[in-house]
Amino acid sequence: MKYVDEFRNPKLAKQLIKLIHKLATQLDKPISIMEVCGSHTVAMFRYGIRKILPDNIRVIAGPGCPVCVTSQEDIDRAIGICEYPDTIITTFGDMIKVPGTKTTLRQMQAHGRDIRVVYSTLNALDFARENKQKKVIHIAVGFETTIPTVAAAVQRAKQEKLKNFYVLSSHKIIPPALKVLVASPKSEISGFLLPGHVSTIIGAKPYEFLVKKHKIPCVIAGFEALDILQSIVMLLNQQISKQPKVEMQYARCVNTQGNLFAQKMIAQVFKVSDVQWRGLGVMKKSGLIFRPEYKAFDAMRHFPVKVLKVKKTACRCGDVLQGIINPPQCVLFKKICNPSMPIGPCMVSSEGACSAYYRYGGKRNG
Amino acid sequence: MDKGKITLAHGNGGQVMQKLINKMIISNFGNPILNRLDDGAVLDLKSRNNKLVFTTDSFVVDPIFFPGGDIGKLAVCGTVNDLAMMGAKPLYLSAGVIIEEGFAIADLYKIIISMKKTLALADVKIVCGDTKVVNKGHCDKIFINTSGIGIKQTKARITSSNAQPGDLIIVSGTIGEHGVSIMSQREGLKFKTQLKSDCAPLNGLVADMLKFSDAVHVMRDPTRGGVAAALNEIAEHSNLGIEINEENLPVSSQARGACEILGLDPLYLACEGRLLAFVAPNKAKDIIKVMHENQFGRKAQIIGKVVSGHKKQVYLSTLAGSDRILDVPIADQMPRIC
Repeated sequence: MKYVDEFRNPKLAKQLIKLIHKLATQLDKPISIMEVCGSHTVAMFRYGIRKILPDNIRVIAGPGCPVCVTSQEDIDRAIGICEYPDTIITTFGDMIKVPGTKTTLRQMQAHGRDIRVVYSTLNALDFARENKQKKVIHIAVGFETTIPTVAAAVQRAKQEKLKNFYVLSSHKIIPPALKVLVASPKSEISGFLLPGHVSTIIGAKPYEFLVKKHKIPCVIAGFEALDILQSIVMLLNQQISKQPKVEMQYARCVNTQGNLFAQKMIAQVFKVSDVQWRGLGVMKKSGLIFRPEYKAFDAMRHFPVKVLKVKKTACRCGDVLQGIINPPQCVLFKKICNPSMPIGPCMVSSEGACSAYYRYGGKRNG
Repeated sequence: MDKGKITLAHGNGGQVMQKLINKMIISNFGNPILNRLDDGAVLDLKSRNNKLVFTTDSFVVDPIFFPGGDIGKLAVCGTVNDLAMMGAKPLYLSAGVIIEEGFAIADLYKIIISMKKTLALADVKIVCGDTKVVNKGHCDKIFINTSGIGIKQTKARITSSNAQPGDLIIVSGTIGEHGVSIMSQREGLKFKTQLKSDCAPLNGLVADMLKFSDAVHVMRDPTRGGVAAALNEIAEHSNLGIEINEENLPVSSQARGACEILGLDPLYLACEGRLLAFVAPNKAKDIIKVMHENQFGRKAQIIGKVVSGHKKQVYLSTLAGSDRILDVPIADQMPRIC
């Protein structure tokens, strides 16, 4: 298949792995590379890349899994909204499985609430058009990659004068989170594999502070085996030459300025705000809320929900999301937290680090 | 055909029900055993081999019509294939149909005709059955249960605990198509694809393969949970390891495209017309040859082998030259967010 097979060529992969091992001998100390995006975490495991890397290159998973960073409050809010009468809740995949304080959207579905998984926000709009007597509320999680599609749906709803379509915006943006991560005294990050698809929208400029202020090598990476291996080579070269920069590996999809049309669309509908991230707390200007012009679509405004204060548990998703620990270091991992009975969201989402470690990180039997 | 809807009267044992059974069931599924309309079917198996294989399966698929098939075709193929995987020749099926009040009679007719065609293709008969109509909301459109009886065709032990170290693993065709075609029709996910479900009766293919019955150790149709679930089950039951080579997995470009976009792994998607066979290495070529000659095995190929190490685990050699565990599926795959 064009644009896929070329990037999974086993011969080239072997050459790149050899090169990585060669370059690794030139490192003066071990390095920790953070892959920001959950899709990178999964791709690394799926291609078996983690275990063929030299010992002095550690890979840590970052906060780029939209389900994982959605706060418990937002999950409880979504669950609360579905209890309003005459509602249809739409959401993306794994969200229905994430445990709130007391229950999950999936359990609410079993209790007869109308909750539907959609692939596109435009499907949610279809439900609103087809069910005028119901209120359709889309639970929107996600980063810059998906936000433009939600903005587009809201604008479409406004044009069509749809009165029964709402969005619970739990959107987050990546660069402010990276700012907090690198500023943490616990941070061990010596290189970033930056998220390819987020970057198709925002471009390369928003990451420049990582180089200018923190001198951390950065590569905007694609998601196929060769993309990731080549990106690691680029990071190593930056590290060895001590010339950090924001390099573009995923050039077939990303350009420096990003997608200006999508950026404009986001800015028309949403504005930045301080929002709560799971495990990371409230981060300045790290999320998006509705602009006043679009308040008619804001589910938060129309469906108030009393949200309980979150109790602290032994779940360490927060530390996993910051790269402070790897999932097996959490006391709950595999013992009482597993994909069938997840305690934290990193075990729920197929892109979550805990789920990836659970599925792919097992030991070989004798 | 009748443009009306199924009502509770179609299931109450009275005249309306009799009419439906005669018009729809007997006229399409009719055969001397069924036509007696007794409480049970009397079967003369005319076989010296007294090993019967008996199986049952219920079908609740949503959507009930999908590209390449429907719930009726699936209900026949599912049970026929379960019998075939045991090395049996499927002979007779029962069919229990539960219909939701208000179901379109025209749709029921479409399902019945589809079952009729599949029965002919598989050369099996429905010899007894039951129809129930339930109140609206008490079931989702239509559910079908089929049970089946077949006669074992070989003395060889073909079972999931019988894999041998060194066995080669054959898949009979491209994987993932049924799963993708179902997903393409789901509400909220609809996308256009020319892909069709692989749903097909495999008893003919199995009969061809059983010319080498001593060399066939395990057969399994990778339905729910796909190839990954079936391989894990066999590794577990046989207490052996399995190695699969990612490069050799046959996936059509359409199915791959859909999986790439949706973030799904074809190894976990259900197939309804494919089989996995664990065969002795010295006969693998011959078996593949007969498979290629059958319409349902044209793309059969070897995807891996059985090893005595890493017991109960399936490993996949990846395209990047590494390997990883191919784990048991935990829940249904969900399309990814971004």
